Amino acid sequence: MSDHAGAVKGMIGTSVARREDDRLLTGRGRYLDDLELPGALAAAFVRSTFAHANIRSIDAEAARALPGVIAVYTGADLMEIQKPLAPKVTHPQLRDHPRLPMPPRAVHYVGEPIAVVIARTRYLAEDAIELIEVDYEELPAVGSTAAALAPGGPMAHEGDDTNIAVTLSQSAGNTDQAMRDAPHTVSAEFTVTRGGGHSMECRAVAARHDPATGQLVVWDTTQSPHYARQQLSTIYDMPEDDIRIIAPPDVGGGFGPKAQFYGEEVVIPWVAKKIGRPVKWVEDRSENFVSAMMERSQTHRIEVGFDDEGHLIAVRDHVEHDQGAYCAGLQVPSITTSTVPGPYHVPNIHVELLACYTNMVPTSSVRGAGRPQAVFAMERMMDRIAEHLDIDPALVRERNLIQADEFPYEVGITFRDGSPLTYDSGDFPALLSGTLDRLDYPNLRAEQAELRAEGRLVGIGLACYVEGCGLGPYEGAKVRLTNRGRILVTLAAAGQGQGYETVYAQIASDALGLDMAYIDVTTGDTSKIPFGQGTFASRITATAGPATYQAAQQMRERLTETAAILLKCHPAEITFVGDRACLDGDTDKAKTLLELAQVANVGKHGITLPKGVRAGLETSAYFAPERAAYASGAHAAVVEVDPDTGGVTILKYVIGHDCGNVINPKLVDGQVLGGFAHGIGNAMYEEAAYDADAQPQAASYLDYSLVSATEVPDVELFHIHTPSPLNPLGAKGAGEGGTIPAPAAIANAVEDALRPLGAPRINHAPVTPARIVDAIEHAAAT
Amino acid sequence: MKPGRFTYHAPRELDEALAMLHEYGDEAKVLAGGQSLMPMLNFRLAQIDHLIDINRLPADLTEIRWAADTVAIPALVRQRHVERSPEIAAALPVLTAALHQVAHPQIRNRGTVCGSLAHADPAAELPTVMSILDASFTVASARGTRTVDVADFFQFHLTTAMEPDELLLRVRITLPPPGTHAAFHEFATRRGDFALAGVAALCHTDPAGVVRDCRIAAAGVSSTPQRLTAVENHVIGNTLDDTVITEAGALARAAVDPTGDIHAGAAYRQRLTGALVRRALTDIRTQQEVTRD
Amino acid sequence: MTETTGHLISVTINGATQQHVVDDRTTLADFLRERLRLTGTHLGCEHGVCGACTVIVDGAAVRSCLMLAVQSDGSQVETVEGLSPEGELGPLQQAFKDNRALQCGFCTSGFLMSVTAALREGPVHDENHARDVLSGNICRCTGYSGLVQAVLDASKETDGE
Repeated sequence: MSDHAGAVKGMIGTSVARREDDRLLTGRGRYLDDLELPGALAAAFVRSTFAHANIRSIDAEAARALPGVIAVYTGADLMEIQKPLAPKVTHPQLRDHPRLPMPPRAVHYVGEPIAVVIARTRYLAEDAIELIEVDYEELPAVGSTAAALAPGGPMAHEGDDTNIAVTLSQSAGNTDQAMRDAPHTVSAEFTVTRGGGHSMECRAVAARHDPATGQLVVWDTTQSPHYARQQLSTIYDMPEDDIRIIAPPDVGGGFGPKAQFYGEEVVIPWVAKKIGRPVKWVEDRSENFVSAMMERSQTHRIEVGFDDEGHLIAVRDHVEHDQGAYCAGLQVPSITTSTVPGPYHVPNIHVELLACYTNMVPTSSVRGAGRPQAVFAMERMMDRIAEHLDIDPALVRERNLIQADEFPYEVGITFRDGSPLTYDSGDFPALLSGTLDRLDYPNLRAEQAELRAEGRLVGIGLACYVEGCGLGPYEGAKVRLTNRGRILVTLAAAGQGQGYETVYAQIASDALGLDMAYIDVTTGDTSKIPFGQGTFASRITATAGPATYQAAQQMRERLTETAAILLKCHPAEITFVGDRACLDGDTDKAKTLLELAQVANVGKHGITLPKGVRAGLETSAYFAPERAAYASGAHAAVVEVDPDTGGVTILKYVIGHDCGNVINPKLVDGQVLGGFAHGIGNAMYEEAAYDADAQPQAASYLDYSLVSATEVPDVELFHIHTPSPLNPLGAKGAGEGGTIPAPAAIANAVEDALRPLGAPRINHAPVTPARIVDAIEHAAAT
Repeated sequence: MKPGRFTYHAPRELDEALAMLHEYGDEAKVLAGGQSLMPMLNFRLAQIDHLIDINRLPADLTEIRWAADTVAIPALVRQRHVERSPEIAAALPVLTAALHQVAHPQIRNRGTVCGSLAHADPAAELPTVMSILDASFTVASARGTRTVDVADFFQFHLTTAMEPDELLLRVRITLPPPGTHAAFHEFATRRGDFALAGVAALCHTDPAGVVRDCRIAAAGVSSTPQRLTAVENHVIGNTLDDTVITEAGALARAAVDPTGDIHAGAAYRQRLTGALVRRALTDIRTQQEVTRD
Repeated sequence: MTETTGHLISVTINGATQQHVVDDRTTLADFLRERLRLTGTHLGCEHGVCGACTVIVDGAAVRSCLMLAVQSDGSQVETVEGLSPEGELGPLQQAFKDNRALQCGFCTSGFLMSVTAALREGPVHDENHARDVLSGNICRCTGYSGLVQAVLDASKETDGE
């Protein structure tokens, strides 16, 4: 359940039903593997079984001889495309190791693609893989950041003398001095484990090359088709117009890993071109476990200084970040460093992050993207401050919150978009107090005391956060009146279930003053709109939203202008009734959209346009925010712990959420609640474990626990709306706020529940039953 | 994740199936419900030449068989069928309770009771429950039919006393005498997961409330379901009071020597086993009280 | 899927009986998707956990990734495409839509088939029961609250009939 308190105007702010649903509910969705590509061959990749090894040789003769196998290419067979897949976000000091599409000589994680089999069916391709002999020279591997930083330990890349890829730091004030002078300090070490995106649809790429036109058409489940096109254009040395990337209309979830660019996306189209036949690769789940990028693994050693009332004086955080085998980008560690201070006044802060190479799947953004870890560290410390001073943890937070009249608020450090970390708007006290009200907090604390007296372990955990979202550089929209008389909104952004076909029709509807019924939305095809960035970092509503609104406003001007000329009136006298542009609302004095298209778009061969009519009813707009917007929220968990099993029951969960103005409230609720389920996974279940040799230990859903309906509790969700001043819709991002603070809230609640048992420490996410029991036993022994 | 190449056989008669097993031996696997085998084939963890699908064998293998004091569950009885059987719920409620915790209905709809037993996963519910019951396993081969007691059936992780040419034809359970109560408790990370540990317990109590027979088996702590005889011996001759139950839990904790994995360490599983033994015995005590009322 | 050995099967798919020759190892899921082009059934994990491929075989919800096509000989198979042969949403599908029980839609077919089978067994009256019915399928997008409400709404609807 949820309540939105926003003003409703037109279609924006209305929970209209989704247009996507009917096809998805009747099995008529069009996911990549559903595409019928006549003559398409199936691909399967040979992947490294070692975390770190040199490839001595690959013998694929038997595989090539297998009936039904068309071709086998090793990395060495495709040297022309072995160009580095550049980091998405880099840093001048980054020690970059090139990530090659299919490395010919050495592998650096289990799952790295080293050869590809093309066969008539996937069954046959997998048969062929079993016949391929790879001779490896195994090298010592790095299976954790602790191992990466251990003196004298193995190197993730041969020849290195350090595993540190880059050190990122953020500073404001004089942290050393302030920490020395602080009346109180506490410190702790927190670890957050690797977890994945686990979209229900794995990655997939299909490609077809047409020698007649020179066009390479690539279907890709990517969140960023234009990014993929740019990469392929560079690597293949082909003009971007010869490469058409299509993210299919239906993509089965993204959550970050599909926003990255992978070797398979380079290999498959190239091979399709080489063979001269369409090729389709659909990643299976066992591949996904070892090759789709992951995130989260960080260790924070954090120290906070504060006064007698719990006011923060200084924060020092030393972070070890697991970059994985290669640097796919520094967005995650960068976001971590700027997320630490959160919604609090922190006069002195120093965050230093060591991004370490390890021999595990490279890391990059997964829903939350570096924020859950920072929030975990900071919010755990807010509770430790409260414990240290024996005051209420809600009070400690209240005393430190940035107030509603302090915006724009300059934190004093830099965000990952390159701009000074400046919170645009928000009302953090309202989020926290709204959350506490829904808990009936004072009574809940009293109830907790009674239950504790009965021996029950009930705890309350809070976590607040601020989330940079709506990032640049830009996103665009084209609006066109089609020759069939419908409005077509074309977005570069590709959806993965967010409901773009609905949401952007709502936005365009308001800007056009035209019923949604006449508006179609199409997404994710580089041939339809030249520029774009992609769906990531909860940015699309705040970037493509304003772009759509502006392009649609321009279209309204064009339509009314054209109609006014034809109806011999002033554009201001035109209003839409249905699909008719009417003079003073009179449907008899009107031009339909189809008629306008006939005049301005279709025209008559060789005949001059009516005087004043501008040809071609098409508009476009690109919106480039001056800097990121900041969504915010507060979570509260009430849990009971069973000390025998370590089992945790979530008794109540409240989410207060502020993503500015919302377009479709129920879809926003869906984003928050879906993000929350992912957060519960990170808080309690999901763990992409590796052993000391960097061999993955959780490579199936029997070992990697995704939450089902029985693990996710009911949530009381409320929203406040502080519009962003940075875009005309006042929108911010909603895709990640449900995820970000959940691990912190759960861990705080569990630690609170256990406090009567000698204050066992819960320092590790996910908070599993075994870790809880271990903490209880450790506390009992000391 | 496509299965490797194999030859599929669907014998219509038992003799035919056994002849195939005889011919192909360890090059063959029997496909019953397939809910453990098919994932292994899809992952290509199991490579076989011949798949002998027994689902086309005569229908008498799909029905629960009742006799005076026994019930037999033949090879093709689906787990869901047993779970939903009111007769089983009345006669062997511990089996019903355990089945509720096996994966999810979609798996139990296909999975067979005998298939799970033959698969012999030591963390699974059904082998553990059978270990506290008077269960015997009828295994057939072209060489003849023999009966293996449950005590001898589970030999190691995914290994039973069956030879490669043998088929588990049925499990027969002697119904416990009046005055017997049993319970199954497990703790799993998520609903439907394999248990981190599980405990099946059974007590036969005399009219004075003294336990005359006790059997306790633990799942997920050894290479087979582990009977906890030291705990059983401690309970026998006592009434299930708080002290006995607490002591039983402590003994159970000490009696198991599990290995740790990514989900939980050995010490945790020991502690959990103790807790689950307490829970199971407390459950049995509650059942006794209900029976007496 | 065109291998040397072949088995002639007769299978009733969404009410229509069809004969096909299938090989030894093609899974039911691949047969439905690739041979029959019933692409509403999705493959999410191919080891029986995620539930995206759930279909109804002879009245029971099962994982089509854990069955061979050849095993469906003589069976009645129901897929998501059979829930609305005329294209109109049925009560369960409508309840999914009304409650925002789907986002990316990839898991949706499996949920629909699991819940369809469950509701045939009897009504689902409370949230805990609904969550239990849903627990054999994984959704990564919605957080399940819409699914829970959809099951309860659809149960009410079918209960009243």
